[in-house]
Amino acid sequence: MHLGFVFREVGQGLRRNVSMVISIVLVTLVSLTFVGTALLLQFQITQMKNYWYDRAQVAVYLCTDTSPSAACPQGEASADVKTVVEQKLNSPLLKPYISKYYFEDHKQAYANFEEQFKGNSVAKYVTPAQLNETFWIKLKNPNQSPVITQSFSGIAGVEEVRDQRSYLDQIFSILNVASLAAISVAALMLLSATLLISTTIRLSALSRRRELSIMRLVGASNFYIQLPFILEGVVAATIGSVLASAAVLGIVQFFVQGYLAAALPFTSFVGLNQALIIVPILVGAGVLLSALASGAAIRRYLKI
Amino acid sequence: MIRIDNVTKQYRGAARPALNNVTLEIEKGDFVFLVGASGSGKSSLMRLILREDVPSSGVVFVLGENLKRIPGRRIPYFRRKMGMVFQDFRLLPNKTVAQNVAFSLEVIGKSRAFIQTAVPDVLDMVGLGHKANNLPSELSGGEQQRVALARAIVNKPAILLADEPTGNLDPATSEDIMKLIERINAQGTTVVMATHDRGIVDRLKKRVVVLSDGQIISDERGAGYRSSETTVVGSKSYFDEIEGDQ
Repeated sequence: MHLGFVFREVGQGLRRNVSMVISIVLVTLVSLTFVGTALLLQFQITQMKNYWYDRAQVAVYLCTDTSPSAACPQGEASADVKTVVEQKLNSPLLKPYISKYYFEDHKQAYANFEEQFKGNSVAKYVTPAQLNETFWIKLKNPNQSPVITQSFSGIAGVEEVRDQRSYLDQIFSILNVASLAAISVAALMLLSATLLISTTIRLSALSRRRELSIMRLVGASNFYIQLPFILEGVVAATIGSVLASAAVLGIVQFFVQGYLAAALPFTSFVGLNQALIIVPILVGAGVLLSALASGAAIRRYLKI
Repeated sequence: MIRIDNVTKQYRGAARPALNNVTLEIEKGDFVFLVGASGSGKSSLMRLILREDVPSSGVVFVLGENLKRIPGRRIPYFRRKMGMVFQDFRLLPNKTVAQNVAFSLEVIGKSRAFIQTAVPDVLDMVGLGHKANNLPSELSGGEQQRVALARAIVNKPAILLADEPTGNLDPATSEDIMKLIERINAQGTTVVMATHDRGIVDRLKKRVVVLSDGQIISDERGAGYRSSETTVVGSKSYFDEIEGDQ
């Protein structure tokens, strides 16, 4: 078989349809960049889950004078309440679940609050007495937080029991929605990439119909007839997916690591390692999709 | 070599069939003229022999293949044993004479070494060795048809189908082309040629099959060109006679 012949045909086809080829490259570039971004977001979510779920604690907030009266009819929690909570935490029932716990009083809570809202005017209006005294509990297994929640909810003097993971879950659901949105855009773009490839292949076949009719006449096998067209689509889509990979690597290197990591120093972000995992996925998806699209297009256009 | 049995070809939307219960047998080495008015079914018959179409009913056997049953992937290999030329030559305008012939070998995966010897050989045979590097637009009609013939026979086909190969040529050039086709036939290739050219048919004294309205109305060896009015024969009984003769 003549690979030289096949490549010559591919080269001619690409040159003949240069503008269509460029549009395939661009559409594949954009759609696969969205796919890559969605994958990056998923990596980011996994990474943050691993990081934060380990650090997430369960907070038992004690009543203050300003707590809503439904939960705290007696106002500020008494010293007895603290003793009850502490005894329960040390009881044989709960102790096996708990890795460690510590108590944060009004003063410490205020100090933390001031630190957190430094420069924010809200700090001026908050007094230490308004901030809950809190038992911070770190569990051996963060998934067992319902044990703590059930034990302390409804005890007199306890305003609320809160698993910090519930805050994180909100963040993750926002990230999940973002990655879903990216996937939806990617799906639309991939659909148009597929249609564009079929159209281009059909045009290419049309411009070569003399050659094609002679190839069929002299008994060229379907493989020989179809391969140049399929490769034409694949070459264009491969260029697009390589560019998309470069875009994803660029986003990670310059935006995530270069900008986000500097702006939010306490968050761990995805790095180039994870981005490199995405590269073969994008290129593979581009090649596979274009091969299927151009194969289907040429098969429908060319009957033996 | 070619056997067509009770073949009817009805195109969708056409009032009457293009071929109506046609039966025809062509032996190896035969030279057969298909004659008849436009629309009489000559081209439909050729399309069936080349397996560009399948009959609505009846069977077509060519080179031992039942063309109704042949699987799609075998059709290209079947066509490699056939050569075909047309009235309009169908050369690739952007390729030279040699490239046009070489193209038909490249696309069936012949080796470069084979192509390098086969192409000059066949161009010499058709008398165009000296124009190998010319473009088709630089050739006369007769020369273009020679290139088309070279392309059709370079792979040594068992059957050459020619659809009005002299239709666009003047009588003297037509004569040259016919001499070439006769030479191809003399080397053992079966030739089936559709034509309107009464002079050629009368002069060559080959087997003549006359088609009219999709039916064979006469089939004689060494006959001249007859118009459809002169002979009307019930095709079935007529064919029984012919087959008895062979």
